[in-house]
Parts: sequence; C-alpha cells; structure tokens
Amino acid sequence: MEVVQLQGRLIEFTSSLFREGFLDDQYTQLQQLQDESNPDFVVEVVSLFFEDSERLLNDLTTTLGQQIVDFKKIDAHVHQLKGSSASIGAQRVKNVCVAFRNFCEEGNREGCLTCLQQVKHEYYLVKNKLETLFKLEQQILQAGGSIPLM
Amino acid sequence: MSPSSPSKISSNFGNNGGEGGGGGGGGIVDGSDQLEPPHVLAVDDSVIERKLIERLLKSSEYKVTTAENGLRALEYLGLLEDAKENTLTNNDLKVSLVITDYCMPGMTGYELLKKIKESSNFREIPVVVMSSEKNPSRVEKCLEEGALEFMFKPLQLSDVKRLRCHMMKFDEPCNERLCVG
Repeated sequence: MEVVQLQGRLIEFTSSLFREGFLDDQYTQLQQLQDESNPDFVVEVVSLFFEDSERLLNDLTTTLGQQIVDFKKIDAHVHQLKGSSASIGAQRVKNVCVAFRNFCEEGNREGCLTCLQQVKHEYYLVKNKLETLFKLEQQILQAGGSIPLM
Repeated sequence: MSPSSPSKISSNFGNNGGEGGGGGGGGIVDGSDQLEPPHVLAVDDSVIERKLIERLLKSSEYKVTTAENGLRALEYLGLLEDAKENTLTNNDLKVSLVITDYCMPGMTGYELLKKIKESSNFREIPVVVMSSEKNPSRVEKCLEEGALEFMFKPLQLSDVKRLRCHMMKFDEPCNERLCVG
C-alpha cells in the first residue's frame, strides 16, 4: 500500500479512537514528548502500561475470588490502574476505574465483580486499538514515510 | 543569568570530573559559560509514572534521578536511620528539587516530605508533592509541612516548566541574589 494511503488510514483511525473516547488528550501529550532522541517513547510507555495492567487485572481477579474480599487491597490495585490509564490517556479504562473505586468504598462485591469485567473488556479493547495503531505506524515507516502529526 | 564575576564562580566549585550514575555534578561553569542543569529527584512507585515524569523533566532540560519509593529516595540522600553518619550534604548531591507522589506503599510522599524537612542537610530542598486525587486536606497538610506546591497528575509539560522557579540554585551563594527563576 502506498505511503499516502497508509498515512490517511492512520489519521482516520487515530481520529476515531479520540472520537469514541478510547483515548484522550493525555495520549497527545505523550506523542508530543516523542522526538528524534526518544523516537519510541510512546510505544515504550504504552508497553509498560500493558504489562502493569495485566498484572493488576490478574491480582484483582485473584483478590475478588477470595472467600473474604479484602476491599482495601482491591481499592489499592484499582487506584494504580486508574493512575496508569490516566497517564497514558486510556480514558475508558480510567472511567471504569472511577466507578470501581466507588464500589470498593461501599464494600459491594457484586458491583466490584461487574466493574472488573468491564475494566477487562475496556482494557483489551484499547490494547487492541493501540496495537493496530502501532502496526500502522510501523508500516508507514517501513514504506519510507513519516508519521503524520495530528 | 550570567555570573557577575568569573573568579568568584570558580572559587565556589571543586571540579568533580565526570558525573557519577546518580550523583550530581557540581554547578560547574565550563568554557562556554553554561551552568549545570537543575537536578531533580523524582519519586513514584509506578514504573509508568516514573518514565513519564523522567521524560517530562528531561525535555525541560533538567537532570533526573528517579526513586521507586520513599526509602530509596532517603537512601539516595543518605538519610536512612541506620546510616552510621550522615556525611552527605546537598553540596555533594546538588538536588535542586524533589518531586514525589503522595500515595505510595510503605512511606507516603507526605512522610518523605517530613523526613526531608527534618534533616538539617536537606531541609532547604524544595519539595513538590503530586497526586491524582484532589483532596483539600491532603493538599493543606503537605503545604503546612513545607511542600512548595501540590500538583495534580497526570503532570503536563507546562507544570514541569513551571518548576524552574522553585529550583534551588547552586550557582552562587544565596545571600548574593534573590531566586527569581
């Protein structure tokens, strides 16, 4: 595929991510911190986010599966996930975390279980979207093009 | 800001040669009359936040040391309780500012702030506390303990650029000039 077509695709795809609320302005901030001396900054931070989130989601699943639920522990994990998703601009994930923390405060197990399902869903969605985005960027670079500034 | 007298500047600094991994160099004036960049110690338990804040600080041309918790930060400053002798002073490390997350397991940012302010060698270092939560009593408590500012996460480039006015200067004796940033 031609560079121009790929670039068009990338612009359209990225716009849709913002429009649909998957990403917010914080993601743009990350992009602005990337430059020639830090050309992989966004991918590096997002990769850290993926690793960290998957660990947290596993811990949350385990902790919520206990006989006696430790809501403080859950809240601590969700707080971390909320922070990291906010830092990379993963808006939908962050929003579920806000609701999740409210259920923790109430000690509402059912509410927490629902939120855990939702946050997993949103996380895998945004992970998928970002991986697609990075692939598109790679294709453009490999075809000799440059990433268009949005 | 150019120095008023070259001879005065050179007498203030020893030449430390190369910089160590985490340690600061002196505020050495080299041939091109460039001063060393401010050295910030950034403390956060999240690896993502540390990466982000490091990039934000470096893009504002600060030198950065990161620590993953309060204990590591205190260890870097030589302030751990079991240290035989606190031989390190801030003239060795030249930390211009400490920026710390509030919510950390073990020692909170508030507790770290207290320890720094209790230390005779490091209490002058400006400390900024950051948090993702907008909790007024938390903000008040930190400011009362001597935090210069409380910032909300995620930090923006504009927040980080603003830090420059808080930075502790090492380029000349503080009784010579006001810190005008």
